[in-house]
Amino acid sequence: MSNLRWKVVTILVVFVVFVSVGVYPLIAQRYNVHSPSWLVDKALKLGLDLKGGVHLVLRVQTEDALRLVTDQESERLREELKNKGITPAKIETPDPTHIRVEGVPPAQDATFRQVANEITSNFERGSGAGGAYTFTMRPNIQVNLKDEAVVQARQTIERRVNELGVTEPSIAQQGENGDQILVQLPGVTDVERAKEIIRSTGLLELKIVEQGPAPTKEALMTNGKVADGMEIVPGAAGGGGTADAGTVYYLVKKVAAVSGQDLRNARVSVDENNRPAVSFTLSNEGGRKFGKVSGENIGRQLAIILDGRVQSAPTLESRITTEGRITGSFTQEEVQNLSLILRSGALPATLTYLQERTIGPTLGADSIRSGVLASVVGLLLVVSFMLFYYRLSGVNAVVALIFNLVILLGLMAYVGAVMTLPGIAGFVLTMGIGVDSNVLIFERIKEELEAQRGVRASINAGFSRVFWTLFDTHIAALISCAFLFQFGTGPIRGFAVTLVIGLISNLFTAIFVSKTLFEVALANRHQVATLSI
Amino acid sequence: MHIFKHTDIDFLRWRWHAIAASWVIIIAGVITIATKGIPKGVEFAGGTVVIERFDRPVSVQQVREALDRNYPGGGQNTVVQSTGDPSANMVMIRVPQVGAESGASLSSEAQKVEDALNKGSLAAHHREGAEIVGATVGRELTSRGIWATVLSLFGILAYLAFRFQFSFGVGAVVATIHDLLITLAFLAFFRYDMSLNVIAAILTMTGYSTNDTIVIFDRIRENLRVMRRDSMNHIINVSVNQTLGRTVITSGTALLTALALFFFGGEVLHGFAFTMVVGIITGTYSSVFIAAAIVSLWRGDAPTRAAAHAHVMASAAPAPQQPQRKQKPQRKARAS
Repeated sequence: MSNLRWKVVTILVVFVVFVSVGVYPLIAQRYNVHSPSWLVDKALKLGLDLKGGVHLVLRVQTEDALRLVTDQESERLREELKNKGITPAKIETPDPTHIRVEGVPPAQDATFRQVANEITSNFERGSGAGGAYTFTMRPNIQVNLKDEAVVQARQTIERRVNELGVTEPSIAQQGENGDQILVQLPGVTDVERAKEIIRSTGLLELKIVEQGPAPTKEALMTNGKVADGMEIVPGAAGGGGTADAGTVYYLVKKVAAVSGQDLRNARVSVDENNRPAVSFTLSNEGGRKFGKVSGENIGRQLAIILDGRVQSAPTLESRITTEGRITGSFTQEEVQNLSLILRSGALPATLTYLQERTIGPTLGADSIRSGVLASVVGLLLVVSFMLFYYRLSGVNAVVALIFNLVILLGLMAYVGAVMTLPGIAGFVLTMGIGVDSNVLIFERIKEELEAQRGVRASINAGFSRVFWTLFDTHIAALISCAFLFQFGTGPIRGFAVTLVIGLISNLFTAIFVSKTLFEVALANRHQVATLSI
Repeated sequence: MHIFKHTDIDFLRWRWHAIAASWVIIIAGVITIATKGIPKGVEFAGGTVVIERFDRPVSVQQVREALDRNYPGGGQNTVVQSTGDPSANMVMIRVPQVGAESGASLSSEAQKVEDALNKGSLAAHHREGAEIVGATVGRELTSRGIWATVLSLFGILAYLAFRFQFSFGVGAVVATIHDLLITLAFLAFFRYDMSLNVIAAILTMTGYSTNDTIVIFDRIRENLRVMRRDSMNHIINVSVNQTLGRTVITSGTALLTALALFFFGGEVLHGFAFTMVVGIITGTYSSVFIAAAIVSLWRGDAPTRAAAHAHVMASAAPAPQQPQRKQKPQRKARAS
């Protein structure tokens, strides 16, 4: 008996929690009831089709992608030449598509050409009069790199604004050069934050500190020049973040020991002083590289550089492989943003905003009305059928269905899902499919009753036997969701997330809630001869 | 109340007819897709965005109607949204790219939109801007979506092989692929655009079909344990008959909602609801006629003794139709 009381209490608590998260904010918004902001912020938002949102146009600075490749190639050339004992007077990259080499000693000209041929397959080599060579990036390579940069930027943005696939943005390439990206976001409450997340480059680099920190750049230069293959990176004194305690400089190797491409995951954590931080995990490949570098440099400082700024430079105390942490004086929101940005990967190029405007809904009032009407009709049909076919037990199923709907709405709001018209239709469909579990249980109970078992025994047998049927159907569905989430993108992932939520909520309501309702109904009757089913 | 009471239909007798009928539809579908293709929705095709500023306030509805009537090829796939400050009377219109023409047609596309607006006798307007837009659904989504679906089928195969028998996994997966192909065939016959909504419906449908199939398999598994002297085909038939009522009811409730969406949901939900209606019907059909038939074909009609896998977890009450209760011996006592 007290067991039953606990079940009822559990169910009521779940109901109240999910109503307040999933249903109440929607009603409050609709009728302008004042309610606490932490509830409203989490409310289910309406999609671009129902309510519109913001419309952003960004330009991808495709030159950046070219510059990156040119810089890398020139560094590789420098290394290779060094290995062969050739030291030209100057190797530089005057613009994103050219590498200029000056002062190649005439005696080594042939070797130089050989080395250059091996390395710069992406570049056209100039004549080389007087030991000066100009390498120009081939036009087709330029076009490919630019295209790739835009495609990659688009995918990265999509991962950032739609990590779980449930926020229903609209993202497309735009413009005659195809170098613009159109992003439409539904129901954004904080546009500035959204813009910042989209635009952050998110390039993480781990580099060994050669010298520093120093108060000025000049202190790290030899003869007013930065040593070959090195660069100077600024950072905040006293460790990164937003605290403005003055800038210090570090001299680090230009080539990163490990970069964001080797990142597997990033998540919010805390540092040893309990301040917000971001922990990251490297891939196996990245871990191997990092293990080698950190093992060779124990006792030296490691600069953790984010978007060209040193966040922190801890001293390496032991060999580290796959785990690391970015610390600094961050706020909780900053570490959340940062971990999302790192997880979604670095942008291949910087972005600039060209346009920002608000947009209205894509669907007309008529379409919305008929869609909502159809959903209500669908729901009522299912409810009527259950009541008609299963009588009082049908009431049980309908109560379970209402619970299911409430839990679903609450969980969707929790993961930040956005409601579109097809989404609402999907909800109703989920209900139509969800009562299947009740039907299976009820039919089994009928079978047991026919076999002349008592009412209580039949109900118990019905639930316990069908549990394993539902177990198998739900696990099979969860397995396919896992694959869809792991390998799908955008809306496919969103579909998987929604389905998982539906499956969990359905198991809870069809088994736990429904069984408890039967128990409550039978609790005060000693002799139960009949069951309305 | 019972829809079906103690039916005794020999479902397996009809298996070859069922398989033949399905093949006919699938082949017809393949031919339709090969010759006519599957029309792709706006999300998959790029297009042109035109922003128009009107002198007087106009409703989005008016603009939509003007395009519906006057834009070449109809305004079905055009998207109209108000934009910017409401007092600016700006409307953003997105039209899909038509046919093969692309690239340089920016101004001509924009002109077509303006012509359509002029014919609609709306307020005076002028072009605020026009841009070529790419598809909102990247190629990546389609390729990775297909890949994910294929892998998820393998996942289901493995799970059912583990929980039931390998042949059951094959039966369920074949039935699901069957439903996928039949649904695609019907989408092609009725020329529905392939949109994100339709893809969502297809994914829902595949899950639903597996669901139905597992319910029947579950009963076969249970009967295998208690009817150990009977032939496999007999057990399959008994099981399908026993579960027929719930198969029809469960599909019925899902079908009710799908039909409501189809008939009352309007243009936007048509493709989605149509896919679901077809999917639910074919999913139910395949669970009854195809999935079990494949199991019987795969493992043959051998005596079932020792064929059922032990499932200690599935204890509880025995099936009511078989009073004798025998404790399940360990499997592989004798190879079948």
